[in-house]
Amino acid sequence: MTDQTSTAPATPAARHAMAAHMLYVCRENPVTAASFVMFAFFILSALIGPYVVPYDPLATNSAIALQAPSLAHPFGTDNLGRDVFSRVIVATRLDLIISVLAVAISFVIGSILGAISGYRGGWIDSVLNRVLDTIMAFPLFVLAMGIVAAMGNSVTNIIIATAIINIPFYARLVRAEVSIRREAGFTLAAKLAGNSDLRVLALHIFPNSLPPMMVQVSLNLGWAILNAAGLSFIGLGVKPPTPEWGIMVAEGANYIISGEWWMALFPGLWLLLAVFTFNLMGDGLRDIVDPRRRT
Amino acid sequence: MLSIHDLNVSFRTRRGDVNAVKGISFDLAKGERLGIVGESGSGKSVTSYALMRILDAGGRIAAGEAVYSGIDLRRASESAMKDIRGREISMIFQNPRAALNPIRKVGHQIEDVLRQHAQATAANAKEKAIAALEAVRINDAAARYEAYPFELSGGMCQRIVIAIALACNPKLLIADEPTTGLDITTQKTVMDLVDDLVRARGMSSILITHDLGLASQYCDRIVVMKDGLIVEEGDPVALFTNPQHPYTNRLVEATPRRGVRIRSLLPEDQRTPEPPRTIGNDPLLDVINLKKTYMGKSGPVHAVKGISFTIREGESVGLVGESGCGKSTTSAMIVRLLEASSGQILYRGEDLATLPALQFAHHPLRSKIQMVFQDATDSLNPRHTARQSIAEPLLRMSKLRGDKLRARVEELATLTGLPTHLLDRFPHQLSGGQKARVGIARAIAPDPDLLILDEPTAALDVSIQALVLNLLCDLRARLGMSYLFVSHDLNVVRLLCDKVVVMKGGAIVEAGSVSDVMDAPSDPYTRELLSAAPQAPQRSIA
Repeated sequence: MTDQTSTAPATPAARHAMAAHMLYVCRENPVTAASFVMFAFFILSALIGPYVVPYDPLATNSAIALQAPSLAHPFGTDNLGRDVFSRVIVATRLDLIISVLAVAISFVIGSILGAISGYRGGWIDSVLNRVLDTIMAFPLFVLAMGIVAAMGNSVTNIIIATAIINIPFYARLVRAEVSIRREAGFTLAAKLAGNSDLRVLALHIFPNSLPPMMVQVSLNLGWAILNAAGLSFIGLGVKPPTPEWGIMVAEGANYIISGEWWMALFPGLWLLLAVFTFNLMGDGLRDIVDPRRRT
Repeated sequence: MLSIHDLNVSFRTRRGDVNAVKGISFDLAKGERLGIVGESGSGKSVTSYALMRILDAGGRIAAGEAVYSGIDLRRASESAMKDIRGREISMIFQNPRAALNPIRKVGHQIEDVLRQHAQATAANAKEKAIAALEAVRINDAAARYEAYPFELSGGMCQRIVIAIALACNPKLLIADEPTTGLDITTQKTVMDLVDDLVRARGMSSILITHDLGLASQYCDRIVVMKDGLIVEEGDPVALFTNPQHPYTNRLVEATPRRGVRIRSLLPEDQRTPEPPRTIGNDPLLDVINLKKTYMGKSGPVHAVKGISFTIREGESVGLVGESGCGKSTTSAMIVRLLEASSGQILYRGEDLATLPALQFAHHPLRSKIQMVFQDATDSLNPRHTARQSIAEPLLRMSKLRGDKLRARVEELATLTGLPTHLLDRFPHQLSGGQKARVGIARAIAPDPDLLILDEPTAALDVSIQALVLNLLCDLRARLGMSYLFVSHDLNVVRLLCDKVVVMKGGAIVEAGSVSDVMDAPSDPYTRELLSAAPQAPQRSIA
């Protein structure tokens, strides 16, 4: 945590304790450990996937179109003869970038808005809450569709749209977490120690709301991936021939009835695994950032 | 009537089984009032939970017998226990507000227990519930029947809890710290009420408390528990005047009471002479006609109605009063966490009340006025280690960094008696006394001249309280600090303070030197406070 290193000298003992604690969390909960392993796999796919896949994900070859999974093409080939396995792996990078960036933006903006409204209260709080209510009153996917349709069909706009629909969840959570600690003893003590209100809020109150935020982040990463894939599925956002799980499912869907199930199944499976991984990671992340879980 | 033999209670935890109660035995006769006294972690509450079979998940009676009027409480079926709880054995819990359902009218909550034990029908339940409220001397019981818990004061809530506990005329009443968190005069009325009811109905009672004085006033016999074992048993006077076990002796000595010095609270081998200190003639802090008025929904609320007092250099002043008297508001204004409505706070002649509280964080005087908070747990950031908490004011208000900062934090820890190897622990890994020391070390870190102590020992066991009070006594002599000691406990104020200011309803009712106010109070309210404080039987000087 950056606040810990900036407010007092971190000791090697403390860093060691953090590592030991992570190990403990993983050992205590094998599901968490499994989700971290899967997360590492997705990160690795995103980082080095494009360099290690056996085929060029964009190279078409009509001679081998619509082949069932085989040793040469473990996930089969699509209607243009592209290797589905290579495309699924290469798509990881784009899907992760969209979801992580969208969640990061909504986390930051939501945290700032929620922290201010929770700490200040009064009319700022009322106004902000009504604005957030308005956003949440829309069906979120329809809102995202509208934003992308209005702002133009690009990856950047998908990220922005996904971020906007997620902001209210963070803002509300942070607001609640901040407002219950506004009058806490350690907040008053921090003021007496000569901290300005901004410092008290940013370095003392906000970090204490991180544990529940981590659960929200991990669930949100899953939703963000689904959201981006959903937008691509209906033709908004990422354009073909770019490999992306949502488009690939959309393209493959046309072929399911004629028996070529692999085109839609494998990108869908990866989508499912990614969402699954993020959701499972939540509790583990919370336990890691919460010092009270350490004994 | 109740016979416990070799009772063992254990809890399953991450690190294997923990024995909370390790084989205790006692008997309770009909009509007897038993006190179980011990400090936190002694197993006194767990014993009562085991009798009621309401132990937390993972807890179980590992061995031993508990027989109530021929019923084996350990082996009784859950449905049999349901009939026993409330009708035969009832319990009053520590926090009355938490023991009541916040969204149900209190009258209905009494009806629930009457209906559960078939003591009332739908037709006469209301009538009986009102009668139960009248039995605990609630005025205008019919109107209170309709009240929700949040509309009632703490003392009133505890009366409701007592009404629920006694509604079905149980034979045995277990009261688990029934007056913790209540004001001292409320404590007296609640305890007197329970005592009268128990005697009038010929019930037996078990009072579980950490307060030896309270137990000695309201019990016929006391058992002292420590670490899950009974160390001593006897009648209150004998226990006080001639304790056999060293632990009982230490507990008796650590209880603040009339006529002792602060050092006598400590075990004999730790009684070093009190360090000398000088009280100057110049005023350090002059509070003049200080007022605080809030705008409430139904007009202005006068929390502090124009109070004036002076703290001289090196002097310790006690600010005494019950909840709602304005003592916390006063201290918050002095420490600049709250704006004053009007009046002056002169610190060495400079008026702090004119400086906005919001900007005071960067004022040079910030370091000179510091505060120790009531709840040590709540006042430490759960994400910061003890070292980070103590270093915080130094980082903000001094230029110490790196090794010098580390050395200063360790010096402060040593000064407050906190072992330096505990500095890298988080608050939840420290005991209550250790957390209190971290809070004190943090407050004295920027070298304040005035330390405001807001009930710093209220949440601590008496033996820990004795240590902390003596630490405060040493620190003021060593560092030349003045104290404003905010407390409801007159016995503690008497030990530590030179002067005392008694507040009631936002105004000062009496002020003067400790000996004047305590030994010859002129105001009836002060007299009431003094008489309400439970006094342990005086120890014969042998």
